[in-house]
Amino acid sequence: MEVLREAEVLDPDHETGEIISRGRLVWRRFLRRKSAVAGGVILIALFVVAFAGPHLTRWQYLDQDLSNALQGPSGNHWFGTTQIGQDVFARTMRGLQKSLVIGLLTAFFSTGTAAVVGASAGYFGGWVDRVLMWIVDLLLVLPSFLIIAILSPQFRGKTWLLFVVLLAAFSWMITARIVRGLTLSLREREFIQAARFMGVPSRTIIFRHLLPNMSSFLIIDATLNVGGAILAESGLSFFGFGVQPPDVSLGTLIADGTPSFLTYPWLFLFAGGLLIVAVLAVNVMGDGLRDALDPNSSAVKARTRTK
Amino acid sequence: MTLDLPAETPTGRVVPGTPGAVLEVRGLTVSFPSESGTVTAVRGVSFALSPGEVLGIVGESGSGKSVSSLAVMGLLPSTARISGSIRFQGKELLGLGDREFSELRGEGMSMVFQDPLSALTPVYTVGDQIAEAVRIHRDVGKDEAKRKAVELLELVGIPNAKERSRAFPHEFSGGMRQRVMIAMAIANDPDVIIADEPTTALDVTVQAQILEVLGTAQEATGAAIVMITHDLGVIAGFADRVMVMYAGRPVETGTVDDIFYRPRMPYTLGLLGSLPRLDRAERQPLTPVDGNPPSLVDLPPGCPFAPRCPMRLSVCLELEPDLDPVRSGDTPGPGLHPGHRAACHRHREIEEQGLTATDVFPAQLAGEPPVARRPRESRTAVLDVEGLVRRFPLTRGAVFRRTVGTVHAVDGITFDIREGETLALVGESGCGKTTTINEILTLARPQEGRVAVLGRETTGLDRGGRREIRRDLSVVFQDPMASLDPRLPVADILAEGLKTYGVPREKRAARVRELLRLVGLGPEHASRYPAEFSGGQRQRICIARALALEPKLVVLDEPVSALDVSIRAGVINLLEQLREKLSLSYLFVAHDLSVVRHIANRVAVMYLGRIVEIGDVNKVFETPAHPYTQALLSAIPLPDPRKERERRRVVLEGDLPSPADPPSGCRFRTRCPLFATLAPDKAQRCIDEEPAVASQGPDHGAACHYAEVKTVL
Repeated sequence: MEVLREAEVLDPDHETGEIISRGRLVWRRFLRRKSAVAGGVILIALFVVAFAGPHLTRWQYLDQDLSNALQGPSGNHWFGTTQIGQDVFARTMRGLQKSLVIGLLTAFFSTGTAAVVGASAGYFGGWVDRVLMWIVDLLLVLPSFLIIAILSPQFRGKTWLLFVVLLAAFSWMITARIVRGLTLSLREREFIQAARFMGVPSRTIIFRHLLPNMSSFLIIDATLNVGGAILAESGLSFFGFGVQPPDVSLGTLIADGTPSFLTYPWLFLFAGGLLIVAVLAVNVMGDGLRDALDPNSSAVKARTRTK
Repeated sequence: MTLDLPAETPTGRVVPGTPGAVLEVRGLTVSFPSESGTVTAVRGVSFALSPGEVLGIVGESGSGKSVSSLAVMGLLPSTARISGSIRFQGKELLGLGDREFSELRGEGMSMVFQDPLSALTPVYTVGDQIAEAVRIHRDVGKDEAKRKAVELLELVGIPNAKERSRAFPHEFSGGMRQRVMIAMAIANDPDVIIADEPTTALDVTVQAQILEVLGTAQEATGAAIVMITHDLGVIAGFADRVMVMYAGRPVETGTVDDIFYRPRMPYTLGLLGSLPRLDRAERQPLTPVDGNPPSLVDLPPGCPFAPRCPMRLSVCLELEPDLDPVRSGDTPGPGLHPGHRAACHRHREIEEQGLTATDVFPAQLAGEPPVARRPRESRTAVLDVEGLVRRFPLTRGAVFRRTVGTVHAVDGITFDIREGETLALVGESGCGKTTTINEILTLARPQEGRVAVLGRETTGLDRGGRREIRRDLSVVFQDPMASLDPRLPVADILAEGLKTYGVPREKRAARVRELLRLVGLGPEHASRYPAEFSGGQRQRICIARALALEPKLVVLDEPVSALDVSIRAGVINLLEQLREKLSLSYLFVAHDLSVVRHIANRVAVMYLGRIVEIGDVNKVFETPAHPYTQALLSAIPLPDPRKERERRRVVLEGDLPSPADPPSGCRFRTRCPLFATLAPDKAQRCIDEEPAVASQGPDHGAACHYAEVKTVL
């Protein structure tokens, strides 16, 4: 019904006449979402705690306090101790460092690769499309778990960041295919044609027009990937790949603590809680970013209307 | 046609209906709940329709014309709140259940929709669909219904009706589908046919055919027709009475002559004044109606048109005027009375002073760019196209692609554009206009022929060369919503080209402000997103973007055809002013010949990938030599009822042949009225030999072996 569409509410926040670029406009709209800002703040706080926390307590994550094994939280051991007297707080912080970095980096690389590969394949078409999609299909049929399992021993002793690369390398393909499909329909839109006829280089068209127009999808994909990567890492660690003892991650802590969650809940409760907080913070922030990027978002509009 | 008004009882209930009226609508109000509040789409519409009468309802999108017709048909969603009264042959329809309504729909009233493709079921043959319509309301056998379907298809002019009745909707062209829709609408001999923009989606020559068929259908059934459209030309030739709607209310009603020759409401004046005229040689100033239709949520008190009305008084902002009779002798009352009525506080002044559109609205006529005063031959060519060919292979098979045919989209066309000049490329859809401009804009090496932009040939251009040319060549597309990135604020949209060519940041900001002013927007619009603008404003943004790099040639691809009538004039005026101010040249692609006559200096008429006639706009329009141009011009309805009644149309038979298999010789011969009258020996030449563009006088050429000037306007 055409009548309904005309009821548009104008964004009243730029009566000033100054010219604001997209970057700053999106930033303003993002700041207007309190929940999103809260998510961001929580995420930063988690990073600060993860890296500063170990210095606040006198226990290191490998230290053993054998006289206080398997004790609940106390003034001495904030989060309690493990069966062999390790400080759970120190271990959780160490795990949080690992998991945050692995989760965020994997999500970033995975969604980023998917976006660039999918958009390039869809935008350029022809042989670029065929080669890229061939790679995607190849990676899809290779059993990723097996490859990571085979490659992991090679990387043992080297930096665990390589693990991020491996995780990302096997999680972008399906997203890339979806991005390609979205690109195929966007490519024919006239604003893309207009940019092309204006002489805008293809790279710029992809980053300025194509990807922002599918940002909602990409952001959801990335936030889901954060949780997914942290869990995938713990799954692999359980089988002996990825983060190896004596090193810890949130995943390994949860895996080790779950069997005794009724009797000694502090063993995994803090690790599990922090995992949930981290994933939630990323999700809320992603939602805010999505609304900030989407000019038709009702959430931001509703807010401005009530002002 | 004199109708007495029934007395209203104190409770407001109307006791008897209007005698003789087949359909009577009174105080119809429709509102919808929406997120931002209640949308009152129709606010008190009243009309009475006598048997066999044609009522035209005109209005822009959002004026409530479609919603009121859907309300009459009982087709509104259940969320709609409807009040008032709708009487069909004296029987109240409001409050009827769906089952009772269904008995009436099709039988008593039927509807022809705008888009005939989505109105037909794709999986049934058209014959079955028409037969179904017959069998629902009548107790007849299957064979009988099928026979009736074939009869109806013959009536609406479908050749080989018997075989074609076994075809599926996708095997029909748009015009043929609309004929099927009309056949279905008249299947049960209805008393009222509601046609909602029945020709809007069709080409002009097909539109002429469909209007003729609708006329035939009306004769066959004696039905009254409600014709809803935004095209005042269609109304002028087809309707007996007209109702002009604005913001959900009728603002003026009367006979066609009243409305077209004696409009008494400023909105109607503005609408008529904003139409470029096909039949006037000297250019008329167009009166743009500034602003946009109001939002129908929380409409402020007063006349809804007041914010856009140059004649408004303070009373206009406070009190909404009633639909009053223009002549004092007429009975007051709701819009049931056939007399001329207008909803304006100042209609008497307009009446007494005989004000016209140009008196009420500011109208200016832009001149020619200074360079255009030099003779054409001495100006340099900004675009030179010679023998341009573009063919697309038709392929089949997913794994092993094989070519099964060739689409001759553009087949050897030649034209040039000189500095400060506007060339219009006109023709129906599928004639190759869009392919032509795409070939020019991509700046790639053409398959055959040559294209030179600003004196530089596109053949052998490298990347850098193309980049340089792109600065001087820009484009404005038809659909202003699709051509603006919804995720980019206006400032970034306008700065995009500047950024690409390395203009520093401070200069960019200044230029963006300048561009916005140039197209009549303000710098405060710079940090908004495209979705916050109306159609006309968006098109202004597109024009501003096209001008960012100070181009010399602007390609305009149907720049006004997606806009509402009252907005159109403003954009046309803007384009003309810019041409004068910035010495631009335009390649103007359009199917609306009236706009072309207004804006273009020269015109090239295309048919099936070839130019059939080219030359000075006045010569081509006044002395068209090619039968296709003649047919095209005569198919265009004029917003002038008297002329429309006197005109004899050249109605073309059939549809555009497939460009994959064009006819031999002259491509137009299959539909050519002249070819049909030729002696066999002369006709043979049309079949064997393809005519080339031959001169018909200074700056006028036509591609016809037997070109003969014929005045059609």
